[in-house]
Amino acid sequence: MSLTRDGIAYRVARDLPEGSYVNLGIGIPTLVSEYIPPDREVFFHSENGILGMGGLAKPGEEDPDLVNAGKQYVTLLPGASVFDHPTSFAMIRGGHVTHAVLGALEVAANGDMANWRTPGEKVPGVGGAMDLAFGVHNILVTMMHVTNKGKPKILNKCTLPLTAPRCVKHIYTNMAVIEVTPEGLVLREFAPGMDPKIVQSHTEAPLRVAANCREMDIPAAFQVVHATA
Amino acid sequence: MVNKTLATCREAVASVFDGATILLGGFGDPGLPGQLLEALREQGAKNLSIVHNGSGGGTHALGGLIHDGRVRKLTASFPSHPGNTSFQDLYMKGQIDLELVPQGTLAERIRSAGAGLGGFFTPTAAGTELAAGKETRVIDGRDYIFEKPLHADFAFVRAYRGDRLGNLNYRMAMRNFNVPMATAAKFVVAEIDELVPVGAIDPEDVHTPGIFVDHVVEVVRHPKYLEITTEGR
Repeated sequence: MSLTRDGIAYRVARDLPEGSYVNLGIGIPTLVSEYIPPDREVFFHSENGILGMGGLAKPGEEDPDLVNAGKQYVTLLPGASVFDHPTSFAMIRGGHVTHAVLGALEVAANGDMANWRTPGEKVPGVGGAMDLAFGVHNILVTMMHVTNKGKPKILNKCTLPLTAPRCVKHIYTNMAVIEVTPEGLVLREFAPGMDPKIVQSHTEAPLRVAANCREMDIPAAFQVVHATA
Repeated sequence: MVNKTLATCREAVASVFDGATILLGGFGDPGLPGQLLEALREQGAKNLSIVHNGSGGGTHALGGLIHDGRVRKLTASFPSHPGNTSFQDLYMKGQIDLELVPQGTLAERIRSAGAGLGGFFTPTAAGTELAAGKETRVIDGRDYIFEKPLHADFAFVRAYRGDRLGNLNYRMAMRNFNVPMATAAKFVVAEIDELVPVGAIDPEDVHTPGIFVDHVVEVVRHPKYLEITTEGR
């Protein structure tokens, strides 16, 4: 079995601690806010100047002056604040935002991340990706473990232009939870029904298996049959 | 009596000259001075250098100005807007220059200009493609790159309420680039939803003090002038 996109979001949400200030990227990261345990206070930051962001606005209830970084209409939670771009990026660059959950195209064994230039793109765009990757201490990557063509995305060395060197702390995929350590990648958890060997066979960089490595605790609704497992 | 109000966007953009550098506020719809932009399209100045987070969307506002071939250079963090094929087409033909700047660096370069600084060292982008040709320095063991201030001839911003003294108040996520941009240009015009009497904005709610603003123009919001909403940053 492997995890659905929502399953990856569910898993990373478990690891965001009480009182954390979190920036969510586009794609799988956007789903994370749905899965924060209800008894935990986590504050979501949007780089266009929002802290304490709630969910998407219901149709008909959109505030035209309130969008997230993906330009979607959003809501605010009690205790939220709004501010300008320099303040917002002071939060990011200054290390005040404690976690960023970002999608990636490639991650290397040393924590290098590539997520801003896609192969075949016509116009490059960087947005806030580099500010986040350089400024936020805990960069958590969420992505499918391999490309659409089955190629590994966790590599010995990135082939695409880097967003930032040595920035990733943890990688959450449909197959595994992997920690980036100074000694290389450590496999912490694997998807239900998989094992460390299967995960390694889809990973270019070598994985050390943690002493307490275990099967992920994920509700069945977030699991799908994995074609190659 | 000081009176910074103008009756129309047309008057507000009248002095824009060919080759001018313009800071353009907004992030998505919130804070985008769409009606000043439409007036600028009618005004006709060309070879403009525009500083904005994105490249606009569709064929209105900034997207329209680019579509009309009036922009020779765009300084932006996220110009790869899926809705703006005008920019993409001109860029692929080499008919528009792009200076790609990380979003936080863009904001700080503008802030830096308004604050009278000569630039700053930032860790963002050190060691990446976007650091090419930039001065680097190791400070307390960390790599930084030098970024220069970004000054402009004009800044067009959008606020919620304003008064004849140029004091501005924004609501929700409108502040974004508007606050730093209003400090960083020789000539600053704010498009506002509501012109209010002096004193109506509580001093604690003035986000851009009037000292930074040359003119305010009250407009009625028109959805046509807003950016197309599309996922992308």
